[in-house]
Amino acid sequence: MSMRRLWGKLLLYGVVAAISLWVLVPLVLIGLASFTPREEIYRWPKPFLPSRFSTETMSFFLGAHGVLPSTLNSIWVALLTIGFTLAIGAPAGYALARFVFRGREAFRLGILITKMFPIPLLAIPLIVTFIKWGIYDTLLGVAFIHTAMALPFAVLITTSIFVGVPRDLEESAMTLGCSRLGAFLRVVLPLALPGLAAAAMFTFVVSWNEVFAAAILTLSNRTLPAQILTSLEVSPVYFKFAGGFFMILPALIFMFFMRRYLLQMWGVAAER
Amino acid sequence: MAQIKLDKVRKTFGKVVAVRDIELLIEDREFLVLLGPSGCGKTTTLRCIAGLERVDSGRVYIGERDVTDLPPAKRGIAMVFQSYAVFPHMTVAKNIAFGLRMQHVPKEQIKKAVQEVAELLQIEELLDRYPAQLSGGQRQRVAVARAIVMKPEVLLMDEPLSNLDALLRLQMRAELKRLHKEIKATTVYVTHDQVEALSLGERIAVMKDGEIVQHDTPLRVYDEPANVFVGGFIGTPPMNFLRAQVQLGQDGAMLNVGDFQLEPPGELEALLRERADQEVIVGVRAENIEVELEPTPEGVRSQVLVVEPLGAQQLLTVQVGEDVLKVATRADVAIEPGQAIWLKFSPEKIRLFDEQTGDALQPEPGRDGS
Amino acid sequence: MNPLRRLLGTDTLLPYWLLLPSVAYLVVFFVLPLSQAFLLAFRTDDGQLTLKFFERMVNDAKFKDALKYTFLLTVIVVPIQLATALVIALLVNTGFRGSRLFLYLCAIPLGISDLAAGLVWYSIFTGRGYLNSVLYSLGIIDKPFHFLSYENIPWMFGAIVAAEHWRATAIVLVILIAGLQMISKDYLEAAEVLGAGRLKKLWYVVLPLLKPSLQAALIIRTIFAFEVFAVVIALAGDLIPVLASESYWWYALYRNLHVAAAYGVLLMALSITVTWGYLRFLRTREEVRGLA
Repeated sequence: MSMRRLWGKLLLYGVVAAISLWVLVPLVLIGLASFTPREEIYRWPKPFLPSRFSTETMSFFLGAHGVLPSTLNSIWVALLTIGFTLAIGAPAGYALARFVFRGREAFRLGILITKMFPIPLLAIPLIVTFIKWGIYDTLLGVAFIHTAMALPFAVLITTSIFVGVPRDLEESAMTLGCSRLGAFLRVVLPLALPGLAAAAMFTFVVSWNEVFAAAILTLSNRTLPAQILTSLEVSPVYFKFAGGFFMILPALIFMFFMRRYLLQMWGVAAER
Repeated sequence: MAQIKLDKVRKTFGKVVAVRDIELLIEDREFLVLLGPSGCGKTTTLRCIAGLERVDSGRVYIGERDVTDLPPAKRGIAMVFQSYAVFPHMTVAKNIAFGLRMQHVPKEQIKKAVQEVAELLQIEELLDRYPAQLSGGQRQRVAVARAIVMKPEVLLMDEPLSNLDALLRLQMRAELKRLHKEIKATTVYVTHDQVEALSLGERIAVMKDGEIVQHDTPLRVYDEPANVFVGGFIGTPPMNFLRAQVQLGQDGAMLNVGDFQLEPPGELEALLRERADQEVIVGVRAENIEVELEPTPEGVRSQVLVVEPLGAQQLLTVQVGEDVLKVATRADVAIEPGQAIWLKFSPEKIRLFDEQTGDALQPEPGRDGS
Repeated sequence: MNPLRRLLGTDTLLPYWLLLPSVAYLVVFFVLPLSQAFLLAFRTDDGQLTLKFFERMVNDAKFKDALKYTFLLTVIVVPIQLATALVIALLVNTGFRGSRLFLYLCAIPLGISDLAAGLVWYSIFTGRGYLNSVLYSLGIIDKPFHFLSYENIPWMFGAIVAAEHWRATAIVLVILIAGLQMISKDYLEAAEVLGAGRLKKLWYVVLPLLKPSLQAALIIRTIFAFEVFAVVIALAGDLIPVLASESYWWYALYRNLHVAAAYGVLLMALSITVTWGYLRFLRTREEVRGLA
């Protein structure tokens, strides 16, 4: 291999390594920080590896006031959001994937325009609306706005999922005696399931991570991010470390499972 | 009784008229081929019969029933798709059984029927496999099996062989012909391959731009094309076309093509007399031109440009005056490019077409078209 | 056929029925809040139209800073992220050994909330955090440097830049990757046969065909950048105001929905302006968009 090519490869792998470290190291650090025993949290200078791994910090965090309930709340909200989003968005995705109809482009455009709505613009007025409807400070309310935020993505993602199931499979089922709905349930759905599962996990992550609306629309029924945010000023360092790590955890797990669909989904969702 | 009748069926997509008010009658148990170039509307017509497309106007009848408003499931049809559409998440057996399950046929009967049809198509060992493990040819058989296990009145096939390699295609063609005798369903077969059409069809409907231009037996479509398009589309190589001028002499009408003259078929004499000094199009097939290596008085001198050995024949590209013709001749005669040969045209093998419309000139005076 | 069946089942009406829930939902949760936000921002509780909330917003001591910091953050972070994402995308596109893994790695931050990202970098920049420990062991400092204190606002800002870059580059990355994948290899091979070296191929073939994706990435990233919120609060508390956090405090602290809504309207106006600006000045020709 020529010198030039060798340098080229070195450069390539060097850059790759540098970027990889840039991404990984902070994650590793917060992981380490969360499993450092309490005394060492405040130690300075901080060694990279704690003298021993301890779950004290995490358990203190989990036992801290409001953490466990808010975690449960986050899970509830995320599950509700998934349910609403798929129930409302999947049919729309199917319609966009299979039919050509007037207004199709307008709908698509509408979906894209929703990206320009900043969260404060949506969340603040909803305070008034939710109070009127009696769902202010409820998990349902938060799920509603999370669904609104996830819906555009979900429609785009499910569209591409259904496009990936060839139309003639459905038509074939229809010539064999199925109604349109029957063909959908027996042929399309089983084949779309992996994609829909990925879409569900994506929605979970979006809902789990959302901070602004959750903080604004809840008072006593906070989700985890809202809880952590509102206690930032007074929370001790260990709380911040463990909280950060705990928030990242489900996302990391889901990202691992979704990795195949990752690019397809995010790329599709974010593109025009 | 599964006669199929299309009564002024029209289907438009946006501004494009895919199927233009066509009328078609397919007899019970007939094997009809819808043949034409891409975009001619043959697949759309098939899908209208299937119910996968809603017609914009006109009626579709299967048997005695008006099925125009019925969904595919209720029309008594079975269909083989070009992509086979074999369900990837089911085994071969489950695929074949699918339609019967939809009809709530008892399990035992299903099992028997699936086994029978699998044997018919020689795929019994594949019953427990998944489509992903099968070759294209095997998947195609599964698609066919799935359709015929339904014992349909009408079997629709959309270019089922086009994704197979040449050898497999040949095999499957013979098999489909054999199957048709066994299953006795009215079959409508869409293809753009005219060789397939000629080999499989009991009758062929040639389509162009959404209309049926000729509906006849393969022999007649080949020998008596209704217009220039059909003549040029059917046959390998396509029909040769020359421009000629009608000249009336003492012996009757003659056709002037450049430097030489052709004698037209006797039955068209009367017609040609009315077209004195007008131009007509002469069509003649490559295999209907005789080749003489020595100069003959009735022969037309031509120069060989290209010689293509095709195994059983040779295909010559020859220049006659300003025209270039394809001529087919025996393989055991040695012919070189640049050589001069003499061509003989016999009047019964010549076809004449109207120079403006391209329609074939027919013996009865005053009537054009097929 | 019974009329209900006919209405629901026809292929012409079915797509509209399937779309209805989404359309209805989006109207209720986007259009309604939008109009409500305008009402809150421009109308007093007794129903009079007024600009006084906007005046209040603009005259507030923190407004200028919020505007400044939001813009500064966007202007600094977005270009760096674009460059980084482009480098990563191009590297991945070469298909080197392990490029798949590398891509998944770089995509991890997609699942990380901005709050968590802020906390992650807090653990690095805080007084007793990792960065200080490293600097100490390298002998650069002998006591903790308070990056995140009010005495060191520029450093605090730098920490936010780092955190935002770390967190959100992935968003740009996936858009660019999708765009790159759509560029047919044929174009590159044709260029190579015609004598273009690596850099020339990049400049003359790849980048122009990538323009639509770059445009999309810029629009999305910039809009999100204007909304930056939890990262700032996690690292800087209320020492570095930004537009979204001000909106939050005006409600959470001062209980003034009107001014909070005014901030929301301002953010929306900025998003629209930016989108329009990008579309106008980064015009890509239709042919390219169709090809790429």
